[in-house]
Amino acid sequence: MTRRKTPEYGFETRMVHAGAQPEPVTGARQTPIFQNTSYVFHDADDAASLFNLQSFGFIYSRLTNPTTAVLEERLASLEGGRGTTCSASGHSAQLLAFFAIMEPGDRFIASNKLYGGSVTQFGKTFQKFGWHCDFVDFDEPDAITNALTPKTKAIFCEALANPGGVVTDIEAAAAIAREAGIPLIVDNTMATPYLCRPIEWGADIVLHSTTKFLSGNGTSMGGAVVDSGLFDWGQNDRFPGLAAPEPAYHGLNFWESFGDMALTMHGHAIGLRDLGPTMAPMNAFQTILGIESLAMRMQRHCENAMKVATFLENHARVAWVRYAGLPSSPYHARAQKYLSGGFGSVFTFGVKGGYEAGLKVVESCCLFSHLANIGDARSLILHPASTTHRQLTTEQRDTAGAGDDVIRLSIGVETPEDLIRDLNEALG
Amino acid sequence: MPETYTDTEIMRILRETKTIAMVGASAKWQRPSYFAMKYLQQKGYRVIPVNPGQAGGEILGEMVYATLADIPEQYEMVDIFRNSAAALSITQEAIALAEEKGIRTIWMQLGVINDEAAALARAAGLSVIMDRCPKIEFGRLNAELSWGGFNSGVISARRRRIS
Repeated sequence: MTRRKTPEYGFETRMVHAGAQPEPVTGARQTPIFQNTSYVFHDADDAASLFNLQSFGFIYSRLTNPTTAVLEERLASLEGGRGTTCSASGHSAQLLAFFAIMEPGDRFIASNKLYGGSVTQFGKTFQKFGWHCDFVDFDEPDAITNALTPKTKAIFCEALANPGGVVTDIEAAAAIAREAGIPLIVDNTMATPYLCRPIEWGADIVLHSTTKFLSGNGTSMGGAVVDSGLFDWGQNDRFPGLAAPEPAYHGLNFWESFGDMALTMHGHAIGLRDLGPTMAPMNAFQTILGIESLAMRMQRHCENAMKVATFLENHARVAWVRYAGLPSSPYHARAQKYLSGGFGSVFTFGVKGGYEAGLKVVESCCLFSHLANIGDARSLILHPASTTHRQLTTEQRDTAGAGDDVIRLSIGVETPEDLIRDLNEALG
Repeated sequence: MPETYTDTEIMRILRETKTIAMVGASAKWQRPSYFAMKYLQQKGYRVIPVNPGQAGGEILGEMVYATLADIPEQYEMVDIFRNSAAALSITQEAIALAEEKGIRTIWMQLGVINDEAAALARAAGLSVIMDRCPKIEFGRLNAELSWGGFNSGVISARRRRIS
């Protein structure tokens, strides 16, 4: 009898293999696209077992799909999590995560340095569900603790915030969450699991917009809720959706029945079933392909970003650069702790002359695409104040690092000298 | 320190086992033991429920017995769906019956850990798995757990044989 220890594989190996064994019926090596809505039952008892969640299998692609499942397992593997629920977008991943843990009247605490779209979703739209978000400065000592209430059900932050080059002290936030008996949710879109694995620092749930670096090609919208499986949903009575009989499932108690698989089971069986923001199988496939080159792309993204940021910092017309990779960044030391292999490729800078001068630079670029996305293989440029952060107040924009003079770059994998030349000419 | 088991060891136990005595089986469909029993039956295992409170009744088509000794048939595995403390006396009973019933494995469910019981069973030549669910392990090693988006930890470029 061989006693070979289960080997632990490296990041790049899991990046191309995790979740995707050869398809057993045909032997197909690449993950097939199951462009398919529904699945035939063997018999009535098989159907009953599936609907009762007593057996593993497929019913309907709104809940689970074989192609999407490959992406889900791959992300769980790369993040070091127990399971993943993919969704149609990063925004719907946030909706699914909070839907499992929030009740009407509940609150959560979020960093005030967040992607503008999240600020609007949390601060405005979530109010319609009776969910209230308290935004605080995570760099202020005691700010999180002081905002805790008996109704607070989670703490939320971005590992590397978009767009301000802010790195969150995940360990400190995790300690507060653990003490309060609530989960820490970390959005890891900007860093990707190649640079940072928040679960290793104490995060309970990791969220992604897979639309960005994971897909990498600007082709496919998608989101993911990666559960660490480490949070004890039964430690208090605050999470009835997971640890009390669930009325939307004949009184099934997810925590008791599925243990560390509870949140991911809930994400599919309740979240996707009843809210419906399912990822398209084709998008899952495109994202699987993207992840196959994640490590190599992130290395190049980060190298290029460092070169461009250094160039800008030394340019006479540039007022400031906020990039956690630069020694001038107040977040540089923290970035060295939490990020390995690079500092990301999204950062901001300000042009002397403010709003008008900034817009002129954006419009003068030839190689940088003027659009509202990040994490594409192509380099992107944007003026957040007039676009992504437009719905925010001036004060919120300044806090989020998206003031009037701010230009956001998402550095791609092109030849770095070409990117520098384009910016140099645009700066005039 | 929680015990770790190789995939090879768990696969061997699941392959060697044909019949499972499930101590603490419940007739209520929402209970985890019912989930596990139904799944294992679908995968071709015979599961015989043991529960003194329901002895003489039936769960999923199988007669319920009050004790392990009452089961008239042979069974290779005792699957313990009780609390950790109760696992000791169940294990002692299983060790005494091992030769007569053909018992080779003591399996304690998720959350059930009893080091004393494990040491006794191993000294008696039995295999022991603690804090695991045979349903989840069967699903994990046969790529079914992956269907739900779970991290199986399995990396393989081999084509699985399906019957």
